[in-house]
Amino acid sequence: MLADILTGLGGLTEGVQLLFTITGLKHIVMLLIAGVLIYLGVKKDVEPLLLVPIGFGCLLVNIPLSDLMHVGIDSGARQVLEALGPSAPESLKALAKDDTGFLRTIYNMGIANELFPLLIFIGIGAMTDFGPLLENPKILLFGAAGQCGIFLTLLLALALGFPHLQAVSIAIIGACDGPTAIYVASQYAPELLGPISVAAYSYMALVPIIQPPIMKALTSEKERKTRMPKVKRSVSPNLKLAFPIVVTIVTGLIAPKGLPLMGAIMLGNFMRECNAVTRLVKASENEIANVATLFLGIAIGATMGAELFLKPTTLAIFALGFVAICLDTVVGVLFGKLWYLLSGGKINPLIGAAGISAYPMAARVVQTQGQRYDKHNFLLMHAMGANTGGQIGSVAAAAVMLSVLKGLGLI
Amino acid sequence: MDKWAFGITMMVVGVGGTFLTLAILIWSIQLMKLLFPLPAEDSDTKKRS
Repeated sequence: MLADILTGLGGLTEGVQLLFTITGLKHIVMLLIAGVLIYLGVKKDVEPLLLVPIGFGCLLVNIPLSDLMHVGIDSGARQVLEALGPSAPESLKALAKDDTGFLRTIYNMGIANELFPLLIFIGIGAMTDFGPLLENPKILLFGAAGQCGIFLTLLLALALGFPHLQAVSIAIIGACDGPTAIYVASQYAPELLGPISVAAYSYMALVPIIQPPIMKALTSEKERKTRMPKVKRSVSPNLKLAFPIVVTIVTGLIAPKGLPLMGAIMLGNFMRECNAVTRLVKASENEIANVATLFLGIAIGATMGAELFLKPTTLAIFALGFVAICLDTVVGVLFGKLWYLLSGGKINPLIGAAGISAYPMAARVVQTQGQRYDKHNFLLMHAMGANTGGQIGSVAAAAVMLSVLKGLGLI
Repeated sequence: MDKWAFGITMMVVGVGGTFLTLAILIWSIQLMKLLFPLPAEDSDTKKRS
């Protein structure tokens, strides 16, 4: 009986013992990383809605023997599969899966099938006012320029030796758009989902720190002081109503692989503008977006197991993500300078920095920087236009990328 | 496919495709502005203010 008691007690200490092995050290490092993420979210207000659940998911999955991301095969089904050997049909293998871990269940529920990012996109669409963009549609081009960092980073990732689809998934951090990055990575590089998501959301939060030095370095004081005319009201409610439908059809026809992304954001925006489904709009921007954000965060944290996360590639992904956002800003501001020259000094080049998708942070950065050099310069509405253009641009860039990949036969 | 051929293809078609898509959207918005102009009373209100 004493032996049974001691064996039982052994079960209680197994996890602690495992922590003090070589594998266990990796878990300790990951628990510290989880602590840093939670600290950044709670104490430093860095994307708390995402970093807190991500940090907690990371903490849960790195407690030894927790098996919260367990992937297994039902024991009865295993015997059948072994008897059938290689001739076992794929459908039977899928049926035999026994994913019992709580985090694995959430992962399968909304990350493996891309559902959570799309639900969040419906909420983003419901919250976004495309009015400033519709007042001056040409500003949408800033949204395209602000995505060039994605493609330049893709070249860098390939140069570093990442395989094609991993390089695409890393480059998409440059979209500065968390749900898009998660959507692409979960499909084409699920093994890198953890670092890509954390990098995407961390750098989005750091936009107010990353962008101003680049904006200052690339523009002259005269350019930064350029005043832009007040935005004239020229958009009818019917135009706002037709806009999401037209965007969905146009982008869907050009780049159908990205239709789930664009369709979700435009569905949310159509509901907002039609004024007929107020309850659904409120649910989309509150309850649905909140629940999806919680589950998305936990599930991303769950992909940060020590074996997957503690690799040199993680550092490379963080470095490439940073480069991507810097390059987006550089190309955006340079595009702004070109427009400044072509328009005879009527466009403030700082607006180009708002062409990235980090909404509304990038627009606020432009307004703050503009007012630093001229207190009476109001760039916010123009920057909001470019920033909403960046939202459409980032989704369009991802959609184009996916469709080109399909065209090349790589997906 | 060679990685550089892939990278350059993605870059050219990707950047070009994104600009083209958004340029078509700009054109579509301008067309929609003609189809759905701001109602006259709204424009008048705006002018008075």
